[in-house]
Amino acid sequence: MMFNKRTSPYVTGKQDVSVIMRQVLYALVPGTLVLIWYFGWGMISNLLLAIVFAELLEWGMLTLRQRPVRPFLSDYSAVVTAWLLAVAMPAFAPWWLIALAMVFAVVIAKHLYGGLGYNPFNPAMIGYAAMLVSYPVQMTIWPAPLDFSFAHIGLGQAVQQVFAGGSQSWDALTAATPLDAVKVNLGLHKTLNEIYANGQFGLLAGQAWQWVSVAWLLGGLWLLWQRIISWHIPVALLGSLTLMAGIFWMINPQVYSSPLFHLFSGAAMLGAFFIATDPVSASTTPLGKLYYAGGIGAFTYIIRTWGGYPDAVAFSVIMLNMAVPLIDYYTQPRVYGTKRQQG
Amino acid sequence: MIQTLRKLWRNPGGLHLDYHKEISNTKPVVHVPLADELIIPLQQHTGYKPTLTVAVGDYVYKGQEIASHTGFMKVPVHASTSGTITAIEERPIAHPSGLSDLCVVLKPDGKDDWGNTRLSPYPDYTQVDGETLRLRICAAGIVGMGGAVFPSAIKLNVHDNIPIETLVINGAECEPYITCDDMLMREQPEEILRGVQIMMHIINTQHALIGIEDNKPEAIATMQAAVASLGERRIEIAAIPTLYPSGSEKQLIKILTGKEVPSGGRPAQVGIVCHNPATARAIYRAVVLGEPLIDRYLTVTGKGVAEPCNLEVPLGTPVQHLIEQAGGYTAAAKRLAMGGPMMGISLQSDQIPAVKATNCILVSDVAETEQQTALPCIRCGRCAESCPASLLPQQLYWYARSRDFDKAEQYHLFDCIECGCCAYVCPSHIKLVDYYRFAKAEIRSQREAKAKADLARERHEFHLERIERAKREKAEKLAKHKEQAKTNTDDGKKAAIQAALERAKAKKADAAAAQTANGETSA
Repeated sequence: MMFNKRTSPYVTGKQDVSVIMRQVLYALVPGTLVLIWYFGWGMISNLLLAIVFAELLEWGMLTLRQRPVRPFLSDYSAVVTAWLLAVAMPAFAPWWLIALAMVFAVVIAKHLYGGLGYNPFNPAMIGYAAMLVSYPVQMTIWPAPLDFSFAHIGLGQAVQQVFAGGSQSWDALTAATPLDAVKVNLGLHKTLNEIYANGQFGLLAGQAWQWVSVAWLLGGLWLLWQRIISWHIPVALLGSLTLMAGIFWMINPQVYSSPLFHLFSGAAMLGAFFIATDPVSASTTPLGKLYYAGGIGAFTYIIRTWGGYPDAVAFSVIMLNMAVPLIDYYTQPRVYGTKRQQG
Repeated sequence: MIQTLRKLWRNPGGLHLDYHKEISNTKPVVHVPLADELIIPLQQHTGYKPTLTVAVGDYVYKGQEIASHTGFMKVPVHASTSGTITAIEERPIAHPSGLSDLCVVLKPDGKDDWGNTRLSPYPDYTQVDGETLRLRICAAGIVGMGGAVFPSAIKLNVHDNIPIETLVINGAECEPYITCDDMLMREQPEEILRGVQIMMHIINTQHALIGIEDNKPEAIATMQAAVASLGERRIEIAAIPTLYPSGSEKQLIKILTGKEVPSGGRPAQVGIVCHNPATARAIYRAVVLGEPLIDRYLTVTGKGVAEPCNLEVPLGTPVQHLIEQAGGYTAAAKRLAMGGPMMGISLQSDQIPAVKATNCILVSDVAETEQQTALPCIRCGRCAESCPASLLPQQLYWYARSRDFDKAEQYHLFDCIECGCCAYVCPSHIKLVDYYRFAKAEIRSQREAKAKADLARERHEFHLERIERAKREKAEKLAKHKEQAKTNTDDGKKAAIQAALERAKAKKADAAAAQTANGETSA
């Protein structure tokens, strides 16, 4: 009897790129549901548009690059990128803004660097950062969060806002995000106590935003539980952010927000569990992950506190992405039977 | 239930695999009847090929040497039964590339006749010195039976400057499916322990540790009972956690002793010698009974055979014959491998013989071997988490793929034990180990080519220098001659010319005189 030859190992594990990506999508569900609760149609349109554009662009690029389309389209990596961008963009973002963001993410940050696995930068963050510096106005108009906002902002108004350039009454419905509010008001020489007193802030951080963050945290813990991500990146990122915020908060609590505020506003949780953990663009050694994520946490605090933009996670991630080859080189684990290398 | 008082160390990485050991380890080991034809490859060990000592048509007795050792890293081969040599030719052997090698083909006569080929036994080995026992172990053709087939006598040749603290016996058997060591420890504990005692005598150590994974409770219990009944206090049975690849020599040493074998080094450098239980048993039989290594326990298993089992097999028995003993192929039989699913080598045909290295014949169904298309590496780092040597497989893959071999070596390519953990966990289904095998082979052949080129260049330079020297010497000689001629012949030359002129003049004068005389007479 004759048999085919193949090399060992003859057995493989059950993990699969598409399985991992799907788990990430499941973990994103709680946070997304909270966003939908507060922003209604706005979040749904973001998601649908982002996913449709991402898959179309992915398909187009694969065809252009003469790559097998089916295995790559079904790996869900473009969907993950689209989803992360959708939840980071302001609700009711105009369709062209999302399309442009996806072009930057999928075409430029991903495929022009060689596609899945070869991108040095986090595609979603490149898309986000490119839009933020190009269209700062559109990117910072968040509608004021309203509980179950399907009721407040109807489908017609939503469609008009997304596809037809918005209406006059829209401005009345917008509000600054908590990080932005703090930043602007501190600039007007108000104390934090005065700023927090305006009712936009809740128990942990901004109203609505704190619950979104809690939901990201839950999804992230589930990813840890499922062993899709390791503890290194979230712990180091949130740890260094807490440490930085804690030190300055203790120095002057009237000017510097509390660690709790930093953890539960903006994209700290989303970044710690879903963005910095993107395996392709993150450091891969255990020690390297600590440095990498610790760096992101520190830069996030620095940019939030003294930088020009309130949206610090995206820029911090991109900055540390650049340092990954260096970090990886100097943090190689000690190989069995060898002495520890001199860095 | 199983307790080890010993402190164990944790090795990084490792995997919990699906084991399937129960399908082959519930029945006693069966001795296989002789096949119609035994195919005995001359080289069944790492090292050099031994020298053939028989010819086609010869009758050989069981245990007779058919290829002898004549030097370092050579191990003899013996006839597994009595019969006639019908051919000595190239036959396909178990090799990753499906290569052929020189084999002695033996037609058994069914008598299983030892003649008087048994080696003289040493019933009381304690009276024999280590060197003699090592020679015996080599003469009996004993090699590491865990699969690496390194000559055992060389492993037992330790130097006095590093005393051996511990003899480690590797009863871990961490590959899924394989159960032959498990069965051997259950059925022959005493022979194994006596072999261990002989080895302790040779390497002069007072401590032996037998590491067995805790998924083999019966083997642990049997071995513990045998140690107790021998009253042997120097030998300790240690149950270790079941985690692939704990049966890798270096990893087992770390788990049991906390010591790490230096990169590129040998266990003896840290005072440890490691052997397999089957090797221990073979040593006992060679020393005390005078029997060479001509058979072994092996497992025939997988969903592709009807009755998975363990067999005691004369070396050289074709795989096909073993499959028949295990009830034949099932309809699910799709792939054939020698060794386990993680590190075994795949076989193209079942006409290949079982050799000293064969611990398992694995016949898999499709589900166990399904080929998936490889996606790009997403640098998820699961491979690095699972690596028992703390390597960075994702980087090694990158450098092997781009043929940047210097970088791959810097990332400790040669510390990879090819256990397959990284390829097992890879979510992109990249055949990582293949890339490392490729890179290692390329680096080795580059080194060989470089060594050859260096030698050729040296020879060429020597040749040029010789020509140059010859030229130089010739020129020197010539110059010397010229010099000599110049200094001592200036006057001589003139004299010689003068003499010649005078001789000519005289001749002329003589001739003239003669003519005158003749004229005078004729006139």
